[in-house]
Amino acid sequence: MSASTPDAGGDVVSAVLVVIEHDRGVLATASLEALTAARALAGQLGAEVEALTIGEAADALVDDVARYGAARTHQAHDPLLGDYGPEAWGEVVAQAVRALAPTVVLACGTDRGNEVMAQAAARLDVPFAANATEFRPNGTFEMTRVRWGGSLLEIATLDGETKLVTVAHHAVDAVPGDAPGAPEGVALAVDLDPSLARTVVVDRIEREAGVTLATAPVVVGGGRGVGSAEAFAPLQELALELGGVVGCSRAVTNNGWRNHTDQVGQTGTRIAPDVYFACGISGAIQHWVGAMASKNIIAINTDQQANMVTKAGYAVIADLHEMIPAITAEIRRRRAG
Amino acid sequence: MRVLVCVKRVPAPGSKINITADGQQVDTASLGFTMSPHEECAVEAGAQLVEQHGGEATVLTLGSVAAEEQVRYAVSVGMQNGVVLPITDDEWDPQRTAEAITAAVRELETADGPFDLILFGNESADSGGFQVGVRVAYALGRAMVNGAKGLTVTDGTAHVEREADAGRETYELPMPAVVGVKEGINLPRYPTMKGRLASKKAHVTTIEPAGSVGGLAKVSLQPPPERKSETILLGTGPDAAAAVVDVLEEIGVL
Ligand SMILES: Cc1cc2nc3c(=O)[nH]c(=O)nc-3n(C[C@H](O)[C@H](O)[C@H](O)COP(=O)(O)OP(=O)(O)OC[C@H]3O[C@@H](n4cnc5c(N)ncnc54)[C@H](O)[C@@H]3O)c2cc1C
Ligand SMILES: Nc1ncnc2c1ncn2[C@@H]1O[C@H](COP(=O)(O)O)[C@@H](O)[C@H]1O
Repeated sequence: MSASTPDAGGDVVSAVLVVIEHDRGVLATASLEALTAARALAGQLGAEVEALTIGEAADALVDDVARYGAARTHQAHDPLLGDYGPEAWGEVVAQAVRALAPTVVLACGTDRGNEVMAQAAARLDVPFAANATEFRPNGTFEMTRVRWGGSLLEIATLDGETKLVTVAHHAVDAVPGDAPGAPEGVALAVDLDPSLARTVVVDRIEREAGVTLATAPVVVGGGRGVGSAEAFAPLQELALELGGVVGCSRAVTNNGWRNHTDQVGQTGTRIAPDVYFACGISGAIQHWVGAMASKNIIAINTDQQANMVTKAGYAVIADLHEMIPAITAEIRRRRAG
Repeated sequence: MRVLVCVKRVPAPGSKINITADGQQVDTASLGFTMSPHEECAVEAGAQLVEQHGGEATVLTLGSVAAEEQVRYAVSVGMQNGVVLPITDDEWDPQRTAEAITAAVRELETADGPFDLILFGNESADSGGFQVGVRVAYALGRAMVNGAKGLTVTDGTAHVEREADAGRETYELPMPAVVGVKEGINLPRYPTMKGRLASKKAHVTTIEPAGSVGGLAKVSLQPPPERKSETILLGTGPDAAAAVVDVLEEIGVL
């Protein structure tokens, strides 16, 4: 079946094609995870890793992509590809699949990665599996994939001549290839209907630089136990003291106490700070899944049986309204002394 | 304007997801059911659009007959009509689901006219396939963007905003269009007494779903590897502050 790229000897080698995500030419580092996963997968399949970049701005990524093991990078150019557009990008992937007939197409399981692959799968009328963590490709092409945002794993099989899969973000550590070859970019001819412009980004307000919830070294998280919007002030103060930010549970956003941008969890942000203070948060699975990558968790809760307390590395059984100011005061005392 | 919102009935697990002995399903004994927060926000967005622009909003689900509960809930918070596509399996794969929803949309549109907007959740809460909305949109030939954190409509155009790493992006979709909604776009309302009454009275339409089995098949479910740590109890009450700060020093965040 899907054999594609002539190797040096003229034999035909099947390919694992990696769709490289970038933003106006800036590489999404999650793509390096997909390339790393692709190398392992290609090894199991006796295939080669190739890459696809979309838009002229991404041509310069050929070096990075080669370092992570792509034998060659197919480069698609079109006036429509000046900025991100899910339908245009999905159509490019679909045309690449038709032209190159890869065995597997991988992308990273980010918002854009999943969206582009879904668009490509719809156009090709083939199945697509989002957020795989492991592959057992020989035989039925079995995978492990994430359900419930990571609270549950599914063993699944994927049928179809070309397999479209995204690799769950953070499931694989990005590692450069052992013996990367010379960067090689080859033009991929694409023919895009002008109507695809209807979903290309028309404007963007740049984000202000600064610590974000996803990258903060310290997160002081509050749940329903905080009780009100105003009562977050001491959490904010502690966060400031430690160069961190405030996070919260869905109970808090639902009550309108904090903006959803502060929400940690399955439908919020995944955090991975050095320390996560989980204050007045029961530790529902959908919250936990967003917090579990934290290096240390200190739970503050009045209920010793709370799931957050039993799962955290450290716990204090106390009223958060007394406890948080006491911690801030103790930090200031030691710093002063 | 006419709006359709698609939601999926899912269990609402608490501290842990239990799996049935055969490894095939989430053990829902003693669990309530809900829909994804993204879909709750899609329902709210649909309700607000119809309040602003007039018209009506319909909620649709493909699931067990019990999914009528989620449809009626959506009516209690602002939808006018409900549609259930009943299935007897636990769930349908994403291709099959999309095919059935597409056919149902065509049927509903033939009867009552096109939907200006079809709203989906960014991803379903349980299977998280990230694709049903995209597939339906493509089959219908309509523009689709996922992940909307802002949605307004002005004469024939849906203005969508979404968060990317670099900033807040704007898209302008010609309608009829399809939009996948993310939690945070709005604050879903709670049902009012009037809403509850409306939901009891509402007529829920049944459409027999049809779709061929797709290529992604569930073999079994597994719990994720447990990161088991012994909890170190640092104390009880504010006196524990010293012990907490000791830990912070140890970790090196002070
Ligand atoms: C599909 C789906 C997705 C979801 N996604 C998310 C998500 O992304 N993020 C999220 O957070 N939730 C999410 N949820 C909701 C989740 O299931 C819980 O409802 C929510 O996390 C509960 O928030 P909480 O812990 O603040 O509230 P509660 O569960 O009510 O817990 C409050 C805690 O505060 C403690 N407490 C009370 N008073 C005090 C005090 N004075 N001092 C100290 N402790 C006190 C109590 O002992 C209790 O443990 C999702 C649910 C579903 C179904
Ligand atoms: N069984 C279903 N019934 C109705 N809508 C669904 C169903 N499954 C998925 N959807 C919709 O499609 C979105 C994406 O689902 P998924 O592709 O499973 O992540 C969900 O948020 C729902 O809006």
